[in-house]
Amino acid sequence: MAECGASGSGSSGDSLDKSITLPPDEIFRNLENAKRFAIDIGGSLTKLAYYSTVQHKVAKVRSFDHSGKDTERDHEPPYEISVQEEITARLHFIKFENTYIEACLDFIKDHLVNTETKVIQATGGGAYKFKDLIEEKLRLKVDKEDVMTCLIKGCNFVLKNIPHEAFVYQKDSDPEFRFQTNHPHIFPYLLVNIGSGVSIVKVETEDRFEWVGGSSIGGGTFWGLGALLTKTKKFDELLHLASRGQHSNVDMLVRDVYGGAHQTLGLSGNLIASSFGKSATADQEFSKEDMAKSLLHMISNDIGQLACLHARLHSLDRVYFGGFFIRGHPVTMRTITYSINFFSKGEVQALFLRHEGYLGAIGAFLKGAEQDNPNQYSWGENYAGSSGLMSTSPELGPAQRARSGTFDLLEMDRLERPLVNLPLLLDPPSYVPDTVDLTDDALARKYWLTCFEEALDGVVKRAVASQPDSVDAAERAEKFRQKYWNKLQTLRQQPFAYGTLTVRSLLDTREHCLNEFNFPDPYSKVKQRENGVALRCFPGVVRSLDTLGWEERQLALVKGLLAGNVFDWGAKAVSDVLESDPYFGFEEAKRKLQERPWLVDSYSEWLQRLKGPPHKCALIFADNSGIDIILGVFPFVRELLLRGTEVILACNSGPALNDVTHGESLIVAERIAGMDPVVHSALREERLLLVQTGSSSPCLDLSRLDKGLAALVRERGADLVVIEGMGRAVHTNYHAALCCESLKLAVIKNAWLAERLGGRLFSVIFKYEVPAE
Amino acid sequence: MGAGRLGAPMERHGRASATSVSSGGEQAAGGPEGRRQEPLRRRASSASVPAVGASVEGARRDRLGSYSGPTSVSRQRVESLRKKRPQLLLAFISFSLLFPLRLPMSKSFFPWFGLDIGGTLVKLVYFEPKDITAEEEEEEVESLKSIRKYLTSNVAYGSTGIRDVHLELKDLTLCGRKGNLHFIRFPTHDMPAFIQMGRDKNFSSLHTVFCATGGGAYKFEQDFLTIGDLQLCKLDELDCLIKGILYIDSVGFNGRSQCYYFENPADSEKCQKLPFDLKNPYPLLLVNIGSGVSILAVYSKDNYKRVTGTSLGGGTFFGLCCLLTGCTTFEEALEMASRGDSTKVDKLVRDIYGGDYERFGLPGWAVASSFGNMMSKEKREAVSKEDLARATLITITNNIGSIARMCALNENINQVVFVGNFLRINTIAMRLLAYALDYWSKGQLKALFSEHEGYFGAVGALLELLKIP
Repeated sequence: MAECGASGSGSSGDSLDKSITLPPDEIFRNLENAKRFAIDIGGSLTKLAYYSTVQHKVAKVRSFDHSGKDTERDHEPPYEISVQEEITARLHFIKFENTYIEACLDFIKDHLVNTETKVIQATGGGAYKFKDLIEEKLRLKVDKEDVMTCLIKGCNFVLKNIPHEAFVYQKDSDPEFRFQTNHPHIFPYLLVNIGSGVSIVKVETEDRFEWVGGSSIGGGTFWGLGALLTKTKKFDELLHLASRGQHSNVDMLVRDVYGGAHQTLGLSGNLIASSFGKSATADQEFSKEDMAKSLLHMISNDIGQLACLHARLHSLDRVYFGGFFIRGHPVTMRTITYSINFFSKGEVQALFLRHEGYLGAIGAFLKGAEQDNPNQYSWGENYAGSSGLMSTSPELGPAQRARSGTFDLLEMDRLERPLVNLPLLLDPPSYVPDTVDLTDDALARKYWLTCFEEALDGVVKRAVASQPDSVDAAERAEKFRQKYWNKLQTLRQQPFAYGTLTVRSLLDTREHCLNEFNFPDPYSKVKQRENGVALRCFPGVVRSLDTLGWEERQLALVKGLLAGNVFDWGAKAVSDVLESDPYFGFEEAKRKLQERPWLVDSYSEWLQRLKGPPHKCALIFADNSGIDIILGVFPFVRELLLRGTEVILACNSGPALNDVTHGESLIVAERIAGMDPVVHSALREERLLLVQTGSSSPCLDLSRLDKGLAALVRERGADLVVIEGMGRAVHTNYHAALCCESLKLAVIKNAWLAERLGGRLFSVIFKYEVPAE
Repeated sequence: MGAGRLGAPMERHGRASATSVSSGGEQAAGGPEGRRQEPLRRRASSASVPAVGASVEGARRDRLGSYSGPTSVSRQRVESLRKKRPQLLLAFISFSLLFPLRLPMSKSFFPWFGLDIGGTLVKLVYFEPKDITAEEEEEEVESLKSIRKYLTSNVAYGSTGIRDVHLELKDLTLCGRKGNLHFIRFPTHDMPAFIQMGRDKNFSSLHTVFCATGGGAYKFEQDFLTIGDLQLCKLDELDCLIKGILYIDSVGFNGRSQCYYFENPADSEKCQKLPFDLKNPYPLLLVNIGSGVSILAVYSKDNYKRVTGTSLGGGTFFGLCCLLTGCTTFEEALEMASRGDSTKVDKLVRDIYGGDYERFGLPGWAVASSFGNMMSKEKREAVSKEDLARATLITITNNIGSIARMCALNENINQVVFVGNFLRINTIAMRLLAYALDYWSKGQLKALFSEHEGYFGAVGALLELLKIP
């Protein structure tokens, strides 16, 4: 880690001006609507939590009133778009140094409009100390909550709701952070909280946990004993001293006891035989650094050993570490990890949490909000509003720290509907949506970050263009650019900031940033136009398909699915072609496709399968609006329906790029039903069902899908899953193992990725998979 | 105990300053684990075969085989041993053919030493034969006589060597010989002087084998050879420890019990040290607190495993005390600790919660954070050196107790014997261990102690010597 600036830029803050003006845009956002506060005041950091509602624009689509085919005119859009205000719930968490507490309370008092709030839940050692101040400033009654209860509630919450929350830390490997996929069953686990002492808690269910042990040798011992030994007052400085020391000058090592013979005996000479064993002498001076290092090892080893003994006693292999001793300190994460590996012989992994510092505040908040039942909802980390991991780490130089300085933020959006696993996943605990881990793959990371940087201008232009009537669109778009650019720069420095870096997370971050600046759907107009054009072509496409023989038709249908995926239909040149001769454009696209055999080609197996009995029910994840959904997906759906297969068509709940949304899909289906009796009757008889995925991402995480979708899949006994498009079938889910048949198809529209996969631009992926019996 | 009796006459007036505490298990955090019954059994069985001498080499070969194989140095060693041995070996074989039962050993075997060279302290046990016949006396070579006289007529050697007179085992019968067993300790850093003494007193002429255990047996092997012309027979420290404990417990303590426990350990008025009859020794958790700590689970005489160890041991206590208080001896550190108040240094549960932490069932008097109060500048300025010494002692002791308790739970063992020189003259630690174990286990675990605390490794080494022809 960077040695620079560590001592100066630490979290001291003694000399900081307490009347500091807070940047409200960034720190206490949406305070006007805030209700329900919770505060966790630790030894040096305060964590404030509040619930607020965010009003933001959403693009809604609505059919024109029309009562039959005669109202269709050639250049009329197929539906209208209206921008509406929508209110969503958001949790805000802010972490700052205790030094700022008064300034922050004043700020809140001044900006708090909502007066319904009467109490503030408080936890942490400092809650008592600051009780009067809080009550006086905010005129809220302080309700003290039990520290460990809050901690565990918070821990359960982040483990359930934040993907890649937990990670293992490996100092000398690249990447240093290895994020864990969320386990569908988070219990039971062991939480080792290293505050001034150590508490070891076994958590068995949401409400059941038990203190199984502890140790008095903890962070306070490092700090207190360290201060005595080195005359260094601050915790961060002590850690910094430790990171530069040589413990072998102070500790008695195995090699000191055994001489050189440890090698022949198979002992590691570097093991510590006796901590501080060499300091048992009056006539030698020891350096502060060496003593701090020895102390750090002593304490970390001791905690690791106890944690392993408890893990073993309770047969638990998931052990999460938290508390101020760990918080954002690579030094302690490293020593704890080493100790756990050593004492458990690799059987137990030391796990750390990205939002460890917020657990108490989250828990206290949840305690206060129990009547709202926050646990019945799913929540999502808002990448736009959250500082990444280590944003305020003292280990980083000032340049690397977030602009918000000592303020670290976490925002969680309440999702409208609960998210669950797709019931068809073969092994949910081992499912990883993303195909490439960009934290791991430096080359790919560099490529994609650059790629997203280069695409930023275009996104900004499109955002502005999507709101021609807005006076401040350009200004907001510029803010969006700045925000997303900064995120990309942060990720270049700290790829681990938001969990595993993937193409999906880069895309999602962009969507979150766009939403943040009220660009809910920059592609709405483009999609509207393309849907209109494609709808007009639909009868012709179906007619021509119907003239083909069965076998020929099957290939044409698949090519149609793929052709919808060929071009970036948002591009103006393409739009022009489509405007003039859409049917020609579609045919042109088919010709662009790679000839068979495709890059991945199991079409023959698929064809063979089609000769067999029909599937019971197909679940299709659609990709783009326009040609893709209307001329590619719907004819394919129609064929399945004709075979007697029911179809669940799943589209995004919210907009992302030019992806078809659930709202759009409803209108499109209705319009197609008006033209096609097969679709018409299927909709009426509920053999064709349109559902939302619960996602607003251009990618697809099968472990976080709308609960309704999951229920339907179960109810209808879906036995085929079709995933189309690069975002859903290549960037994600390429390796996803399902317990039923699946089709993953996409056209590789990115030369770099095509090359990586051993193909070239417009290479075709057609992956038909049947699970092993 | 121990040092308290140092008023006895000394040859030289150098004050006893056992610089520290130590014993076997210095590999603490590490060391090869797993059950050791395999090599042990082999050794035990080979010991009953007449060619006992082979067992030592056999054991050594086991060692080498199981690690990286013989290096040139160790091969030399084995070969040189073989060269020296034939005469002795032949003598022994003929002996044992004539007398299948153990018979009085040849006089040429004296002196009988067992050596345990730890990280901080060297423990030496010496068997002084009291049944020397006039004939033997006459034949006894001068060097041997002088060693015997030197060791038995003094209680202090040089400025740092101490004979723990109070531990002397009288009228012991060992291998058919009657005599007294003496317990001597000196700091490991004086090892060169000891080797030099061996050279000066011409030990090598005695044709004896030095049985040594502890890490220092390896570290100083070459020095013994090159400076003292002495061949060390190196022995596994954990094997020696167990053998020593079992043996010493079996012979008792001059008619008294070797093993004891504390009744009402938390109550200074009612606290009593009471004898404990270790009649069912197995299974047993053995916690050896030297510079570091080794914890062994013992299932039978030959079946044990090292469960774990910790580097927070006696060396840590004394090392930290030196840094925090400027003390120079273990005795001084303990003396300061006895006068200090650790609650000024430590943050207790009640300091945080105002009383008991009921949610977790933690009593207010429990230490929440060792040295936790020292995070505050004001409190740092308000504590005395005595307070710091006490807090250090409490911290280390509690931690050992806590790890021992977890091991006992994991291994499903309920008697825990604490040994090692950290406990020498350390009633505070022993009582704390006794209380903590009882309290946190709700009376399920019993802490036991043993009079000869730190000397078991050395005794085990001596016992091994007696198996060698």
